[in-house]
Amino acid sequence: MNFSNIDYQPIVLTLQLATVTVLVLLVIGIPISWWLAHTRTRFRPIFEAVIALPLVLPPTVLGFYLLIILGPNGLIGKPMEAVTGSHLSFTFTGLVIASTFYSLPFVVQPLYNSFEAIGKGPLEAAWTLGASKWDAFWTVATPMALRGYITAIVLGFAHTLGEFGVVLMVGGSIPGKTKVLSIEIYDRVETLDYSQAHLLSSSLLTFTFLTLLIVYYVNRKLPIRIS
Amino acid sequence: MNLLSAKFELSFDKFILSVDIEIPVHGFTVLFGPSGSGKTSFLRCISGLERPPDGFLQINDEIWQDEKRGIFVPTSERKIGYVFQEMRLFPHLNIKGNLLYGLKRNAIQNGDALFSQVIAIMGLRSLLNRHPGNLSGGEKQRVALARALLTSPRLLLMDEPLAALDTKHKQEILPYFQRMQSELKIPVFYVSHSINEVLQLVDTMLLMDKGKIITQGTVGDVFPHPSLVKCLGNSLMGTVLETTVVRQDEEFQLTILKFNDHTLYVPRRDIKPGNRLRIHIRAEDVILAIEPIKDQTSVLNILPAKIVEVVPNTEDECKMDVKLDVGSPLLASITRKSVHQLNLKSGQNIHAHIKAIRMAHEFD
Repeated sequence: MNFSNIDYQPIVLTLQLATVTVLVLLVIGIPISWWLAHTRTRFRPIFEAVIALPLVLPPTVLGFYLLIILGPNGLIGKPMEAVTGSHLSFTFTGLVIASTFYSLPFVVQPLYNSFEAIGKGPLEAAWTLGASKWDAFWTVATPMALRGYITAIVLGFAHTLGEFGVVLMVGGSIPGKTKVLSIEIYDRVETLDYSQAHLLSSSLLTFTFLTLLIVYYVNRKLPIRIS
Repeated sequence: MNLLSAKFELSFDKFILSVDIEIPVHGFTVLFGPSGSGKTSFLRCISGLERPPDGFLQINDEIWQDEKRGIFVPTSERKIGYVFQEMRLFPHLNIKGNLLYGLKRNAIQNGDALFSQVIAIMGLRSLLNRHPGNLSGGEKQRVALARALLTSPRLLLMDEPLAALDTKHKQEILPYFQRMQSELKIPVFYVSHSINEVLQLVDTMLLMDKGKIITQGTVGDVFPHPSLVKCLGNSLMGTVLETTVVRQDEEFQLTILKFNDHTLYVPRRDIKPGNRLRIHIRAEDVILAIEPIKDQTSVLNILPAKIVEVVPNTEDECKMDVKLDVGSPLLASITRKSVHQLNLKSGQNIHAHIKAIRMAHEFD
């Protein structure tokens, strides 16, 4: 294998995308999971189904709709173009939005499960001890849900690393802008450059495996287990 | 006198909580009643964990809830301590962390002194660095109680704090409750369906059934109430009397008690003369006779009494309940046949022979 002429750009771009996506997902995923775990609405199954949709929907279908929505005539793309002068398809921002939808269930599910397992009991105890709801969330629910947070971050990150269909539809394959690792691998295979494809694939495989290994190991060592 | 006024209406699956009451807030007050009678829900409404629409709650001059005026003080800002049945210690903090959680969030003068005092009362010094997962049920309950006390609450709410413990551990915990009461003097509302806890701890009693408060008063007042029989069953139905220890009889190893002008003999207890002792006389342990059977019976305690009322027992068709007046009420349970043979009527003078007397802590 030849390491000298590796193109690092897709790797860096992929890591950037996964990091930004996970951060965005935490910001919107934590409130969603919290709300889902504590709401009494009878429409909960509908919300659960919507969030789980990306798990089963072919990525190309998701990507197709996102392309339309983010594009120059789309629901989001059109006003964006009017305000910023550029619509969102084939941009990094567009990719982040697409990845956020795509990886949402991988972040929401573990958080939701953790919050639900904790239940209201410890929070009520915290309130009676003088903690506000915000305070109790950060000092009781969050540390108790630590495993859920770690699982959510890792699954969200790893899942975004490997996305292909959605990216291809929304982002295309613009080097340095939207050409991520999985597309680079696809391109290499297309051009019969198997050695580079091998190198990139095995790196991704090793990296993903090690990440998961560390997570499962850390999870075992964590003092709090909620079952 | 501190007073709590509450007016709550709230629907639950199996009952509607419907409370409109003023309760004096001092000492130990127990909310007593069968399970599903709304005791816990009432406690949760007081704490603000439930918010009944149109609710009203005032403690002394502080209004915690008045929906008509749009007032609702959130739980975190009410000066209450809450001890949950399942204890709810924080698993991610050690015992010290659990104890300090509330202390840090309440402006408490001399927090350090209070911390040392509460730790000493509850005997927690050796547990501070342990984790909740490694504690026994009784230890956890002491931590939960200490944690609530460290917020320096104006009112302590306890929801069946002993329900999760076995009899032996219950008896170990009760003295801690009594010490807490005598040293910190925080008024307690205590949910229970164990008569033993009631007899050992309680000053005032609220009897609840089907979401309503049936009656309130001292333990002695509430105990003869017919609704209580439903919770206790015939075997524990009876009378609670507050007596004073007169002296110890060393020769026969008896303790001599006084209530009103009557003398009672009970097996010797190590209680100093002058101290009060709460006793319980089961209705089934009271034998009635027209004349006192003096010198011909092994029964030591014979009281002259007047029959107030004879009513059928609600649980057992062959039994009748005889309400007696011995200076204070006394309840006897005898067979319908005996009532017939002795021709017992209201107003009649009679003699109550008491077969057995139990102290509060002799129940299980």
